[in-house]
Amino acid sequence: MFTAKEYVRAESLEQAWSLNQKKSSAVVGGMMWLKMGDGRKGTIIDLSGLGLDTVQEDDREFSIGAMCTLRQLETHQGLNLAFDGVFRECVRHIVGVQFRNGATVGGSVFGRYGFSDVLTCLMALETEVELYRGGRVPLEKFAAMPYDRDILVRLWVKKDGRRAAYGSQRNTATDFPVIACAVSRLGDEWKVAVGARPKRAESILLDGRGKTAGQLAEEAAKAFSYGSNLRAGAAYRAHLAQVYIRRLAEKLGEES
Amino acid sequence: MEINLTLNGRKICGEIEAGTLLLDFVRSQGCYSVKRGCETSNCGLCTVWLDGTPVLSCSVLAARADGREVTTLEGVEKEAEAFGRFLAQEGAEQCGFCSPGFIMNVLAMERELENPGEEEILEYLSGNLCRCTGYAGQLRAIVKYLNRKKEGEVQGRGGEESGAKG
Repeated sequence: MFTAKEYVRAESLEQAWSLNQKKSSAVVGGMMWLKMGDGRKGTIIDLSGLGLDTVQEDDREFSIGAMCTLRQLETHQGLNLAFDGVFRECVRHIVGVQFRNGATVGGSVFGRYGFSDVLTCLMALETEVELYRGGRVPLEKFAAMPYDRDILVRLWVKKDGRRAAYGSQRNTATDFPVIACAVSRLGDEWKVAVGARPKRAESILLDGRGKTAGQLAEEAAKAFSYGSNLRAGAAYRAHLAQVYIRRLAEKLGEES
Repeated sequence: MEINLTLNGRKICGEIEAGTLLLDFVRSQGCYSVKRGCETSNCGLCTVWLDGTPVLSCSVLAARADGREVTTLEGVEKEAEAFGRFLAQEGAEQCGFCSPGFIMNVLAMERELENPGEEEILEYLSGNLCRCTGYAGQLRAIVKYLNRKKEGEVQGRGGEESGAKG
């Protein structure tokens, strides 16, 4: 666990951003991962007083505040109705309810962790990240960006009528996933995101016209690179990815 | 820095370091039911309620509890005792080290879910690890505990009906 010199509950995003320009500062979300590190922080910046803990929606999109918890994603009716329960499915294996009541969406996405279920799921949808200084950036672009000292404010998920499905495999319950797959479909356009490869999630777009779920899965799984770690080997991950993508594609309708 | 919060219904004021964890703070206030287990946010031993929501106090800064309401097992003693009896009747506690965090989460589940099935119960409690039992006795205890009201109502109605007949 780290130690810290000062704790500040930010009163504005500008204040949070200014404080965060020092390398010794750290923005805390749920702190689940951050607390695993040692060392001394200068200022811990808490965004919990900025009203970023709500999910809002209009006709076109959902806005998910950076301080929303994973449990909020899991239980939010609107989000889960719009995307076939994909949010519930992507977080329900993450440790336990108490953990998900603490871990934040902003922490998961800003961290761009290789094991992130949330990043994988959001990437299969049309998601943008809103940064305080950087403005709105497509999630795919954000995931590939180097870490900087901007503040993630909220996420925007387009309500474009796409259907979505999510699946992951774990060696034991509540562990990090060995592979995480999310598939969405809007007409003939299929979007496939794969995370825990064990690299951070990436996505591809596929034209599904005339293709079976098996053909789609084969094409998609080959588009990603896989690595090995203590949990699984690259070849196993590649195999799992193809199986999961096929199952999810079947769930969303075999022939497009 | 100074924080003011309500701990088990009692307003308190405390002096903390910026990085003090809620776990250490509540223990410093005499709430020794809250245990330090894995310290990796995985075991559930340190479960407390923050504004009624179960959280892992090993992963929450005490500073974040400023102005809020914190509840530990000491604050729900009667309910905890009632559920504890069900655990004991099913032989579901052995060393007992995980029991406070486990009970806090069961009571939170009782408030949050309406008539949960076994699968929902297991999913809700997946963040509470017990290294002694294997969970079968605990699940029996929870189901019986949650059904106690229904059974009480049935018995009550039965009594009324038989009373009416009499």
